Amino acid sequence: MTTDTLTAPTSPEKSPAAKSFLNSTFFRVLRYSAVRLLTLFITVVIGVYLTIMIANMGGYVDTIMRNEIRDNTTQSILANPNYRNLTPDAKQELIQKKIASEEKRLGLDQPFVVRSVRYLTNALTLNLGRAINMSSDHGSKEVRSILLERLPATLLLAGTSELILFFGSVFIALSLSRKYGSFWDKLTIAFSPTSSAPPWFYGIFLILIFAAIFKVLPFGGLVDSPPPSTRVDYILSILKHLILPASAVIISSMFLSIYSWRTFFLIFSSEDYVEMAKAKGLPGRDVERRYILRPTLPTIISNFALLVITLWQGFTITETVFLWPGLGITLFKAIGFYDTPVIVGSTIIYAYLLGITVFLLDFVYALVDPRVQVGSGNAQ
Amino acid sequence: MTALKNSFRDLLRYPSAVFGGAIILILIGISIYALVSIPYSEAVRLWRGGEDVWYQNPKYAPPAWFNYFSDRKRPVSFAVNSADGGMQKTITPNDENISTVDITYTFDYNYDEAPQEMILYFATVFDQKLPFASVTWVTPDGRTIRIADTQLDHKITFRFSQDQKLQKRVKSEDVMTALFADPEDTNTENPRALKGQYQLIISGTTFEKASDINAEFVFHGDLYGLAGTDKYRRDLVLPLLYGTPIALAFGLLAALGTSLLTMIIAAVGTWYGGWLDELIQRITEVNLVLPFLAILIMVGTFYSRSIWLMLGVTILLSIFSGSIITYRSIFLQSKEASYIEAARSYGASSSRIIFTYLIPRMVPLLIPALVSSVPSFVFLEASLAVLGLGDPVLPTWGKVIDDAFADGALYQGRYYWVLEPAILLMFTGLGFAMLGFALDRIFNPRLRDI
Repeated sequence: MTTDTLTAPTSPEKSPAAKSFLNSTFFRVLRYSAVRLLTLFITVVIGVYLTIMIANMGGYVDTIMRNEIRDNTTQSILANPNYRNLTPDAKQELIQKKIASEEKRLGLDQPFVVRSVRYLTNALTLNLGRAINMSSDHGSKEVRSILLERLPATLLLAGTSELILFFGSVFIALSLSRKYGSFWDKLTIAFSPTSSAPPWFYGIFLILIFAAIFKVLPFGGLVDSPPPSTRVDYILSILKHLILPASAVIISSMFLSIYSWRTFFLIFSSEDYVEMAKAKGLPGRDVERRYILRPTLPTIISNFALLVITLWQGFTITETVFLWPGLGITLFKAIGFYDTPVIVGSTIIYAYLLGITVFLLDFVYALVDPRVQVGSGNAQ
Repeated sequence: MTALKNSFRDLLRYPSAVFGGAIILILIGISIYALVSIPYSEAVRLWRGGEDVWYQNPKYAPPAWFNYFSDRKRPVSFAVNSADGGMQKTITPNDENISTVDITYTFDYNYDEAPQEMILYFATVFDQKLPFASVTWVTPDGRTIRIADTQLDHKITFRFSQDQKLQKRVKSEDVMTALFADPEDTNTENPRALKGQYQLIISGTTFEKASDINAEFVFHGDLYGLAGTDKYRRDLVLPLLYGTPIALAFGLLAALGTSLLTMIIAAVGTWYGGWLDELIQRITEVNLVLPFLAILIMVGTFYSRSIWLMLGVTILLSIFSGSIITYRSIFLQSKEASYIEAARSYGASSSRIIFTYLIPRMVPLLIPALVSSVPSFVFLEASLAVLGLGDPVLPTWGKVIDDAFADGALYQGRYYWVLEPAILLMFTGLGFAMLGFALDRIFNPRLRDI
């Protein structure tokens, strides 16, 4: 119905083209994505707010703020040449006074509800304060730079393993559904309970076999030490280090995904229209792609979305076990250092990552699902 | 009742169910044994005790059964005490108040390697005059080596390999190898220990009437017990045994709490509908983007690492999971069923309808889901321990893995340390997953054909 109001003012000659544009998949997807983006953003905001509430139950966010104020004020006064002649006592007094006024300015004396909104905006803009003990590779103590510096490694590991997991599982599930009841099919079913163990658990065994006993792959880390000098060698070295952690992630969820998707394909391959297509004499590959995979894809993607969300949690420990310098190991180190700003910051970054993941998968879902019609009134 | 019997008979037809069930029964048996044989306070004392509790064990010793698989036999640890009759002790009174205390211990040594260390702990009773003792070592081929001559204060610890006089006497820094060496062994690269009967003789003299000498001989071999020891000399049997009831309790309680609450919330939401249903759906959406593990870590670091708090937070964060959506769609269907209509027409209250009509219908779906979700919670407990957030006092499997990792066990080749808890975890996970898998097929006949 919005389509009509939008097309009404345009001239009659242009109308069909505009109408077809507005009805095109692209526009629908765009629309759907915008709506989803908005709802997800609200969801993330609520999620971050809850995180702050939990963290501040013991006053930890307040402490982060106070520490930051004290650090900044002390440094600015000590570095200011105008105050150099003051006695240490007078300096201390000045510092205390400035801290008090700064705390008042930032509203630390206000009730928690008011303060929490400020914390929320700080968190949403990734203004996460300063770390207590940790620092980034460049020496910065900003929690934001500590965490953002680690993001690429996590994304590399997550992206690689999840893509292989998705396409590998779909491919194997399809071919197994073709050979239903065969030896490989039964083997996969037999192995599917192994997916109850998290990636780090398989990581232990992979390290044991390939690093400790056969010594063919590194124990952990991102690159060899010292890092190779040429770019090609550097990338190869990263890939070599990526094999074990990525395999651990893939192995830990592969069998269950294959099993459940294969079951799904089997249910759909007994549909009448598939029989019809077969009877028409279409080649098996076409039947699979167009008549089985296409209608099941939306469900499989939403199934995969839930899997990816659980996987995000798994990376924390997988990275720790493999010493992969990502977000997870930073969180692990922060626990060790008791570095509260980094712990709260990581939680917020993870909330963002989850939100983005859900959004991306929604976007793909909208692309493959012909029923998604946000613009034309029957929203999903 | 007959339905239950039938499902049980169905269950026995699935080998995976039988296997999984057997594993679970064994684990329950181990749990009962652990809880009965080691009381809670004793378990905590043995786990957190310190050197006083663990001094009898060697460090980093693999389990004793390693010898079955290796060509060169490595010595197994033991400890004997003269106070409880573990060592032969004779007291001969001489003239005046002087008496001789002879403590001897004879043992067969059938290993190829020398031990890590031997230690004598003397505990003496006297008023003024310190007793005296001389220690000698007799090898199987009849050589006698003087170990020490020493005055004994109330408590004296004598470490064989750290005694410099003894090092000079055997002309080697490595006292253990020297004491157990075979003089005729020509293989200097990799010498084998001399096998046979060794004897430790402590001849002591006391100078007062009520004076007495007791000695404890602690032999730190290379291997220890059924499960070996860790960096702190702790016997790993304790955490492996005691970790079982903890893992099962955590997994089962979390699974039970989560699935029951999820189901009740889904039922209540669908039954009342309106804003309540809407709210539950929105909470589910928010919960999806809440970083579960990170929040758990935050709670663990900021508040308490107690396993029961973790359990509570875990349940709280897992209630509004994806399965609420599944349950909701099924409840929406069964809400329209005619028997609900009938219940409503005879005036049943909402709570009666929810708890006696809606939820019981879902049990077939609940049971497989519950059983299958146990492993993930068992592993979650271990994961938290690996992150250093395990319960500070309880011995758990995850703690052992964490200690082993922190000490670089895999790099140093101490595989037993990591593998023992890992294999137990694997069996627990596998047992519940296989049973849940079979249950799923029995209760959801749709899956049975494929």
